[in-house]
Amino acid sequence: MNTKLRFGILICGFFAAMAIVGPFLVQDPQRFVSTPLLPPNTMHWMGTTGQGQDVLAQTVVGAQLTLGMALLIASAVVFLGALIGCASGYFGGWIDDILSLFTNLFLVLPGLPLMVVLAAYLPPGPVSIALVLSLTGWAWNARVFRAQVLSLRQRDFVSAAQLAGAGHLEILFVEILPNLLSLMGSTFIGAVIYAIGAQVGLEFLGLGDIGSITWGSNLYWASNDAALLTGSWWTFVPTGLSIALLGFGLTLVLFGLDEKNNPKIKMERHWVASGGDLQRGITPIEKKE
Amino acid sequence: MIGYAFRRLGFYLIAFWAAITLNFLLPRLMPGDPATVLFARFQGRLKPEALEALKQTFGVNEAPIWEQYGQYLSSLLTGDLGTSLAYFPQPVHTVLFDGVFWTLFLSGGALLISFVLGTLLGAMSAWWRGGKWDYVPAALSFLGAFPYFWMAMLVLAIFGFQLGWFPTRHAYSGGMTPSFSFSFVYSMLQHAFLPGLTMVIASLGGWLLTMRSSMIASSSDEFVLFAHARGLKPNNIMLQYAARVAFLPSLSGFGMALGFVVSGALLTEMVFAYPGQGYLLIQAVRAQDYPLMQGIFLSISACVLLVNWIVDCSLLILDPRTRAAS
Repeated sequence: MNTKLRFGILICGFFAAMAIVGPFLVQDPQRFVSTPLLPPNTMHWMGTTGQGQDVLAQTVVGAQLTLGMALLIASAVVFLGALIGCASGYFGGWIDDILSLFTNLFLVLPGLPLMVVLAAYLPPGPVSIALVLSLTGWAWNARVFRAQVLSLRQRDFVSAAQLAGAGHLEILFVEILPNLLSLMGSTFIGAVIYAIGAQVGLEFLGLGDIGSITWGSNLYWASNDAALLTGSWWTFVPTGLSIALLGFGLTLVLFGLDEKNNPKIKMERHWVASGGDLQRGITPIEKKE
Repeated sequence: MIGYAFRRLGFYLIAFWAAITLNFLLPRLMPGDPATVLFARFQGRLKPEALEALKQTFGVNEAPIWEQYGQYLSSLLTGDLGTSLAYFPQPVHTVLFDGVFWTLFLSGGALLISFVLGTLLGAMSAWWRGGKWDYVPAALSFLGAFPYFWMAMLVLAIFGFQLGWFPTRHAYSGGMTPSFSFSFVYSMLQHAFLPGLTMVIASLGGWLLTMRSSMIASSSDEFVLFAHARGLKPNNIMLQYAARVAFLPSLSGFGMALGFVVSGALLTEMVFAYPGQGYLLIQAVRAQDYPLMQGIFLSISACVLLVNWIVDCSLLILDPRTRAAS
């Protein structure tokens, strides 16, 4: 295991623990416990919000709903993307033409305005947010899966299965799907990063359920309660730092996995370990004679 | 070559048509009959004319849906996007027009700066990797993990409110009228500095990483090795050989990333109350001004699609392989 992967898992584990056990350890995030906009003190380690709620409690409890939703949305996004991408790459022909066109359309249309319009029509709440983000987020995954299936379809073991008389579904699920599992893992991590960012953005706009405690609604209330005007940085810094740290941790896991599995990077390690120099832009590669 | 450019144009026209159709269908297909809910909410609060305009937008009339679609398309062709509810009786397109200028100025400028800077830094960090430069991508991807709007809030709180170095809202000082005078341009730049800075910081890491990975790949290409063998100056090899080829995937990624960056930019505008599309969008959301919201979606889509097409065309000119393929 390399450093990046280790650090990444450590960070993600910390936030997972925060979401699962954290809510039992802190005060009630909804209760008005003290004077509004109190700076950090011994009673309230991260101060209080504009409505006199405990910021630490809100940050910790916010992790639960935000992370839970992110996992759910990411699953939906990867599922939709894999489904459309695999169908498009495997069947080819007119199916591929139509699905690719569809995918590319969703890729080029700007996400946030579309999300906002969609979310504005739906009743505010977690279900609407999950629906909107799943509908607008699958396209990139579909593209990745399509490319992968396109290359897998050419391999000998697929031809062998075809010759043995296997049906399309059998080939897709038994022959191709197992080869996509690691790709699914990495696209899932990417989708979680997307889901957290987009969810927080929509909730910050007030399109989520602003009565519930999530990282997005924390920031929404911070900006509505004039946190900036009064200089009460503690109402939005803990939540923002959590979002960024978790996002960074997930990115580290992605990079760590890439470093572990990418033959090019392995080669480079080997080159440096044997006393080679990476300076001045020479990338070592293996020459096949 | 011209054929390829036209094919891409065709695709973007289809995409725009899809956006238009989506815009038409959304209010009509959404569950829970949003039109009725809205009328109930606005009854008595809006003038009868405004209610009439709302009915037009939502297609609350007896005409069959394909006829409504025809009407919708023909009114779009004349630039008519309906009537804004929040700014009644102003039509949506006049409300939009000012916003488009400010968004192009702020977000377009920030996007360009961060793309050029990020790509350059990416090339350098790939070239001199294995040393101190390795911290640059790590630091920037950490900064990139912050939500754009959060970064904007922080910068605004510190440099705007606490230190008072920069103005805290709007695009130019109150009382000024837009003109090409020195003082006005100075005020514009002063107001754009903080929001622009946060956008650049938040998006720099993305461009850097794309360029860095394609630069690492291109440094092992044979023509680069040959350039080394010829004993060319390292800086020449970096910029004129390796980076030149590595730049192409970065450029084609530009179009894809555009939608994402624009989304972040919209939220940044909101925090700074910068009168662009993003700020209009939040105003529209708060006032439940559906026609304006949809108009913003269409106008941003049009801009993003146009830039995508321009990127495609410039790739055609820069990349001999695309030319050969077409």
